[in-house]
Amino acid sequence: MVDVTPHGADLIPPAEVGEMELYHPHSWWTKYVFSQDAKVIAIQYSGTALAIGLVALVLSWLMRLQLGFPGTFDFITPEAYYQFMTMHGMIMVIYLLTALFLGGFGNYLIPLMVGARDMVFPYVNMLSYWIYLLAVLVLVASFFAPGGPTGAGWTLYPPQAILSGTPGGTGPGIILMLVSLILFIIGFTMGGLNYVVTVLQGRTRGMTLMRLPLTVWGIFTATVMALLAFPALFVACVMMLFDRAIGSSFFMPAIVEMGEQSPHNGGSPIMFQHLFWFFGHPEVYIVALPAFGIVSDLISTHARKNIFGYRMMVWAIVGIGALSFVVWAHHMYVSGMHPYFGFFFATTTLIIAVPTAIKVYNWVLTLWRGDIHLTIPMLFALAFIVTFVNGGLTGLFLGNVVVDVPLSDTMFVVAHFHMVMGVAPIMVVFGAVYHWYPKMTGRMLNEWMGRFHFWVTFIGAYLIFFPMHYVGLVGVPRRYPELGDTAFIPPSVHTLNEFITVAALTVGFAQLVFLFNLFWSIRHGKEAGDNPWRATTLEWQTAGTPPPHGNFGKELPVVYRWAYDYSVPGAAEDFIAQNDPGPATQGGPA
Amino acid sequence: MSAILIFLALVTAVAGWWLARQRLMSKPWLEAGPVNAFPETEASLLHPAKLGLGVFLAVVGALFALFISAYFMRMVYADWQAAPMPRLLWLNTGMLLLASVALQCAVVAAHKGQVDNLRLALLVGALTSVAFLGGQLLAWRDLAAGGYFAAENPAVSFFYLITAMHGLHIIGGLLVLGRTNVRAWRGERPAKLTLTTELCAMYWHVLLVVWLVLFAVLAGWAADFVDICRQLLS
Ligand code: HEM
Ligand SMILES: [Cu+2]
Repeated sequence: MVDVTPHGADLIPPAEVGEMELYHPHSWWTKYVFSQDAKVIAIQYSGTALAIGLVALVLSWLMRLQLGFPGTFDFITPEAYYQFMTMHGMIMVIYLLTALFLGGFGNYLIPLMVGARDMVFPYVNMLSYWIYLLAVLVLVASFFAPGGPTGAGWTLYPPQAILSGTPGGTGPGIILMLVSLILFIIGFTMGGLNYVVTVLQGRTRGMTLMRLPLTVWGIFTATVMALLAFPALFVACVMMLFDRAIGSSFFMPAIVEMGEQSPHNGGSPIMFQHLFWFFGHPEVYIVALPAFGIVSDLISTHARKNIFGYRMMVWAIVGIGALSFVVWAHHMYVSGMHPYFGFFFATTTLIIAVPTAIKVYNWVLTLWRGDIHLTIPMLFALAFIVTFVNGGLTGLFLGNVVVDVPLSDTMFVVAHFHMVMGVAPIMVVFGAVYHWYPKMTGRMLNEWMGRFHFWVTFIGAYLIFFPMHYVGLVGVPRRYPELGDTAFIPPSVHTLNEFITVAALTVGFAQLVFLFNLFWSIRHGKEAGDNPWRATTLEWQTAGTPPPHGNFGKELPVVYRWAYDYSVPGAAEDFIAQNDPGPATQGGPA
Repeated sequence: MSAILIFLALVTAVAGWWLARQRLMSKPWLEAGPVNAFPETEASLLHPAKLGLGVFLAVVGALFALFISAYFMRMVYADWQAAPMPRLLWLNTGMLLLASVALQCAVVAAHKGQVDNLRLALLVGALTSVAFLGGQLLAWRDLAAGGYFAAENPAVSFFYLITAMHGLHIIGGLLVLGRTNVRAWRGERPAKLTLTTELCAMYWHVLLVVWLVLFAVLAGWAADFVDICRQLLS
C-alpha cells in the first residue's frame, strides 16, 4: 500500500504551475549572463568547452607538425612538445568532453526530456558554470606563467611532475594545473547534484524511469559515476599540491636531483597511480555513457524505428557504470603489480566488453530494416558505431596483460584511445549538435557545410589513426617529440608520419567550417519549426522553439508512453509523441 | 584502496536496493497510457533538497574514504612514524557530538513549533561547532609546538590534511547554519525553518560519523582493528 500523505502529495509536480514557483530573471544580466535557466547555462558550458577545445585542437596540430616534419619548427622544442601534449590530453578529456556532455548536453536535455521546468537547484547550477569557467581561466593562465604550463603528461605522474626536469614542474605550471582541476571538480559536483536529483525528482507525470529516453539514462549514470570518481582525482591533486608546495612526501620518494637531495623522503608514486586511475578509468565511461545514450536516440529517431532491446540498453548502461569501478589497475600492468591482481583486473576488463557488445548489437538491430534517413546526425551516429567497434577491438588486445606489456607506451595505444575516446565521442558530439541545434536556435544547420564537415572528419580521422596503429606496432614509442636515427624504425614510418600530419591539418580545417556553420546558421539557416525530425521525446513538444523560460507553456506535459513509438502500425503518423494520449488510452488505462 | 571499495560497495547496495524497486523489468513498449500508480512519476516523496544533500553526502563519504585509502596505502612504508594525538581531540569530539545533539533537538523543536527552543538549539549547535573548529586549531598548535610540522613525516602530513578537509566541510555547513540562525532569531516561523533545520542536522550527523571514523584512523585504532581481524581470519 502506498501511504498517501498530504505532505507527499504537495511534492508531485502539479499540472499547472503558478507564476511564483519559477525563478524569473529581471534584467539582461540575470537573463543572459548570470542566468539560472538550465538552457542558458547549457549554452554557456558548451561555448566555453568548445572554445577551450579549439585550443586543444591547435595544440594537436603543433604536435603533428613536429612529428611529421621534425626539426622544421624551431619553437617546438622537446619541452614545448611535452607541454602541448599534456595540455591537449587534459583539455580534450576533461575540459572539453566531460564538460560538454554533462554540463552542456546534460543541462540542456535533462529538464526538457524529463518534462521539468528547470533543474531543481538553479542557483547551484549557475555557480557550477562560473566555477567551471574559473577552472578554465586558471588553466589558460598556466600558458602565460613563467616556465609555461606543465609538461608532465595528462596523467601527471609523480615524481617527475613536480621535478625540475619536467617543464612547469618547479614553476607555477603544475600548481595552476592542480588548482584548475580542483576547481573543476568542485564546479562539476555542484552541477552533478542537479542532474541526478532532477532526473530522480523532477520528472513530470507519467514519466517513469523506464520511459526515460536513453540519452537521459546515459547522462544520469555518467553523472553518478563522475560524482564518485572525481573525488579520487581531487584527493590526488590535493596531496600532490601539498608535496609540491610544502614539501610533504605523500607521493615523492627520496630523490637526488641535479646532485641535490630533495626534501622528500619515502613517498609512494604508485599510490598516485591508484588514485589517478580510480578516477581515470571511470572517466572513459563518463564520456562514453552519454555518447551511448545520445547515439541510441539519434539512431532510433533517424531510422524511424523503436530502439531494439530498450530494457537491455538500460541494464547495460547501469552495468557498465558499476563494473568500471573495479578495473582501474589495467592501466598499471607495467608498474609492477602482483600477477594475481593483474589477472583479476584483466578479467573484469574483459567482462565489461559483454554489456558493451550488447549495446552495439542493439544499435545494429535497431538499424536492421529501419527506414534509414541519412541525415547528418544519422551519418555521425553510424560513424560512431563503426569507430567504436574498431577501437573496442584494439582495446581487447590491450586488455590482455601479455599483449599490453610490449604495446604499452607505443603509438598503438595512442591510436587505440583516440579511436575509442577521442574520435568516437566527438562523432556523437557532432551528431548531437546537428540534431539539437534546431531546437536551440530555431534554425537548421546548413546542410552542405554539414555534409562536407562530416565526410572530411570521418574519412580524415581514419587516415590519421589507422596508419598510427601500424606505426605503433613497428615500435614507435608514444610521447617522443622526434625519433632521430633509430635502427629499428623503417623509412615508411617517416613517410607515414608526414601523411598523418597532412591528414590532421585537413581534419582541423573542416572543424573551422563547422564553427563557421554554427554562427552562420543562427541567422541564415532554414527555419526548423518545433519538431523538424518528427521525434517523440518531450523536448520537441515544447511551447515554441527555442523553448521559452519554463520550457512547457502553462501546463507540464503528461507522459503516456515510452520514447520510441516510431512507425507504430495503424498510427496516423510514423511517430507518436510521448505526451500524445493516442488511441491506446481509449479502452481505459493500460 | 580497500576503504573506498568498501564504501562503494555500500553505495552500490543502496543504489541496487533502490533500482530493484524501480520496475526495471517492466516492458515500457507494451504499456502506453497513463500511469496509475501513485505518485505518478514513481519518484520518491523525499523533498528534493534532502535527496540532493544525501547525494552530496555520498560524495563527501567517497572523498574521505579515498583519503583513508591513501592513508593505509602510505602507512606500510618504512618511514612512517605515527604522530602523537593531542589530548584536546577528545574535547573537540565532545563538542561536535554536542552540536549534533543540539541540532537534533532543533529538529524536534521545529516540528513542535517551539520558537524559543528552536532558537536556543540552533545557537548551541553553531557555537559548539565553532568551538570544535577552534579546538582543532589548538590541536594543530599543540602538534606544531611539539615539532611536528606538516612536511615532517607522512603521518603528520596526513593529520593536518585530513583534519583540514574535515574542518572545511564544517565551515561550509556553518554558512548554512549561520543563515538559519539569523532567520530564526529574526522571528521567522518555525514551520518555515523545518526544512533547513533538518538539512543541517542531517549534515552534522554525517560529519560527526565521518569525524569519528577519521579519529579512529588517525589515532591508529583502525589499523589495530584491521590487524586483529586479519589474525582472526588467518
Ligand atoms: C584531430 C584530432 C586529434 C589529433 C590529430 C591528436 C593528436 C595527438 C597527438 C599527436 C598526441 C601525442 C602523442 C604522443 O606523442 O604521445 C595526442 C595525445 C593525446 N590525445 Fe590527441 N589528438 C586528437 C584528438 C583528441 C581527442 C578528441 C581527444 C579526447 C579524448 C584526445 C586525447 C588525447 C590524450 C588523452 C592524449 C595523451 C596525452 C599524453 O600522453 O599525456 N586527442 N593526440
Ligand atoms: Cu581503463
